[in-house]
Amino acid sequence: MPAETKSKTDFSTDPNANKGMDFSTDAYLDMDLLRFLTCGSVDDGKSTLIGRLLYDSKSIFEDQLEAAESASLSRGDQRMDLALLTDGLRAEREQGITIDVAYRYFATPKRKFIIADCPGHVQYTRNMVTGASTANLALILIDARHGVIEQTRRHSFITSLLRIPHLVVCVNKMDLVDWSQETYDKIREDFEDFAARFEITDITFIPMSALTGDNVVNRSQSMDWYQGPSLLHHLENVHIAGDRDMIDPRFPVQWVIRPQGDEHHDYRGYGGQIASGVFQVGDEVVALPSGMESKIKSIDIGGDSQPLATPPMSVSIQLEDDIDISRGDMLCRPNNQPTSGQDIDAMVVWMADTPMKVGKKYTIRHTSNEARCIIKNLNYRLDIETLHRVEEAEDLKLNEIGRIAIRTTKPLFYDPYRQCRVTGSFIIVDEQTNNTVGAAMIIGETS
Amino acid sequence: MTSATESSGAQSHYKLTHLKALEAEAIHIMREVAAQFEKPALMFSGGKDSIVMVRLAEKAFRPAKFPFPLLHIDTGHNFPEALDFRDKLVENIGERLIVHKVQDLIDRGEATEDPGPFPSRNRAQIPTLLDAIEKYQFDALFGGARRDEEKARAKERIFSFRDDFGQWDPKNQRPELWNLYNGRHRMGENIRVFPISNWTEMDVWQYIMLEQIEIPDLYFSHKRDVVERRGQLVPIGDAPFGPREGETIVNRTVRFRTVGDMSCTAATDSPAANLEEIVAEVAAARASERGARMDDKTNEAAMEDRKKEGYF
Repeated sequence: MPAETKSKTDFSTDPNANKGMDFSTDAYLDMDLLRFLTCGSVDDGKSTLIGRLLYDSKSIFEDQLEAAESASLSRGDQRMDLALLTDGLRAEREQGITIDVAYRYFATPKRKFIIADCPGHVQYTRNMVTGASTANLALILIDARHGVIEQTRRHSFITSLLRIPHLVVCVNKMDLVDWSQETYDKIREDFEDFAARFEITDITFIPMSALTGDNVVNRSQSMDWYQGPSLLHHLENVHIAGDRDMIDPRFPVQWVIRPQGDEHHDYRGYGGQIASGVFQVGDEVVALPSGMESKIKSIDIGGDSQPLATPPMSVSIQLEDDIDISRGDMLCRPNNQPTSGQDIDAMVVWMADTPMKVGKKYTIRHTSNEARCIIKNLNYRLDIETLHRVEEAEDLKLNEIGRIAIRTTKPLFYDPYRQCRVTGSFIIVDEQTNNTVGAAMIIGETS
Repeated sequence: MTSATESSGAQSHYKLTHLKALEAEAIHIMREVAAQFEKPALMFSGGKDSIVMVRLAEKAFRPAKFPFPLLHIDTGHNFPEALDFRDKLVENIGERLIVHKVQDLIDRGEATEDPGPFPSRNRAQIPTLLDAIEKYQFDALFGGARRDEEKARAKERIFSFRDDFGQWDPKNQRPELWNLYNGRHRMGENIRVFPISNWTEMDVWQYIMLEQIEIPDLYFSHKRDVVERRGQLVPIGDAPFGPREGETIVNRTVRFRTVGDMSCTAATDSPAANLEEIVAEVAAARASERGARMDDKTNEAAMEDRKKEGYF
């Protein structure tokens, strides 16, 4: 390899890199899934960090490495640019920027991971919100030389707004501050200071250097003052089973399965994905909006019967009684029902170039339901830099966040977003362009 | 296999493995398309990903029939084994199959084969697919593409919108949040839907093993006549897939990691004769699956360019 291609992103010199993962069949079939979000801009070392996670778990293949290398060289770069592995679109490669969420996949013998790799700049807030909507965990990168900056606060706020249950603060580039515990402690204090205002329950801090690999996969030899886990160890072990709500049964009906034929002519299944809670055969349920009650006769997946179903399983449920249920209806327990209503108070992130207008009508999609709504009021716009409430705001522009009141044409069956991300979220669709223009998180009924 | 089945059978009903989570997501997406569109179809190539898609459709809609037909864009360059497999599978599941042939469009002068020394009908699939969409008025097509296959796909939505010309605009994609999919579209517009976007090659193999899904023998190790061409093992068959000048046919023990056209799918040396061995091989693999697809090697943004034109 020519000397100039030896670069900071060339991992081949690391004796521990890419040593291979030992997958046994049983272990693989028993793995769970962690979706996490990375946010940061070009200089944070995010690509290097992702590159190292992918490389050390053998998720970058040789032909992809070669393609990235030859693309770098043909562009005249002195070294292989690892961002070429993650920046997929031609425009991004040409301009050297990341403009959209890219999904990356890797697995260790313990867990499978999906990374939503998001651009960090404020003009890509909507992209970050998109990636955050399905994440269980967020990685926030801080450059140890710069400490907590505006971007750190913005990303932390979005993490809390979208209620990602786990946050990992990666204090990166520790090699450039002489592995200083003092620097790390200061950053940690600063972060805890402002994060106290957010609803983030689980924060883990890890000092690291993605460049040298310290505390990414392997424990650092240079920071003996840090006794915590490496990043990968944490990602493999963070407890996520408890993130699922097993208490409040909610089943939005998506599709009615009714076979046309003699063999199954009695079958009438309600297809859908469990939003939260546990449904068991024999459970008493109530269908909304009709209020009709029945019992669960069977639960199956493609004809395979199941004794119970938990979120986010996609199942088909049959009831004892023949009651009229269709798409958009919801099954829940008689003594544990969501709010049913048409006047809704929500936080919204605006995602379109055309601003949100008070008084305008939109279509919304909420669980398997579709309705029309009118924006009744914009209570305030939240300044994402200062977190101040701008009450005189008249509209919401691209990437702006505000608190709105809407009225829908028919009742929705919802829970506060803080209780359930599935029944507490909806998207706003422009009726002229058909574009998804807003992402909303329900607070509750308008007062 | 036995031990795997037993251990998964003994699992708590509350535990959710990653394969079950991915399966649940794919079923949800398929039902959403069935509900939001008038005329969907499931693109079926006979490859392992589309076979997995058929299994997922069974999970989503059985005991009823699928609310859509299968659609095969037949390049005429198929492996004979893949066609036999396709016909047998369709008979077993009792669903409707529509075959739309690239050759028919070539005969009508509406598609052309790529000229040059490496004849490929890859590009000719694009007008053929668009012709099928026009003829049958499909408004949504399921595809088995995965985001781990290629960089352009890593940024594609699960609901991927195409204009009247089937074109993908990567800079103008709809935001896709939570599990809420916005399928609103105008007449003439259609979408491509990728329910297994979040699966990796490893996941697909593990799922095939877990579900004991039958796949064509091409995927398992077998003896085959091949030539070495541009560093790849190219299968040799009847014309036009014979050896070129200066090439020597060798009989090697190979298998295919991906099954596309005979003209553009390379074999890999492999002794993996069953699913467990394939899974072990995939875990240790050093070349990505699409590395065996000569069509992607043309240039750095080959896939993105073809997608913009209407390719899957």
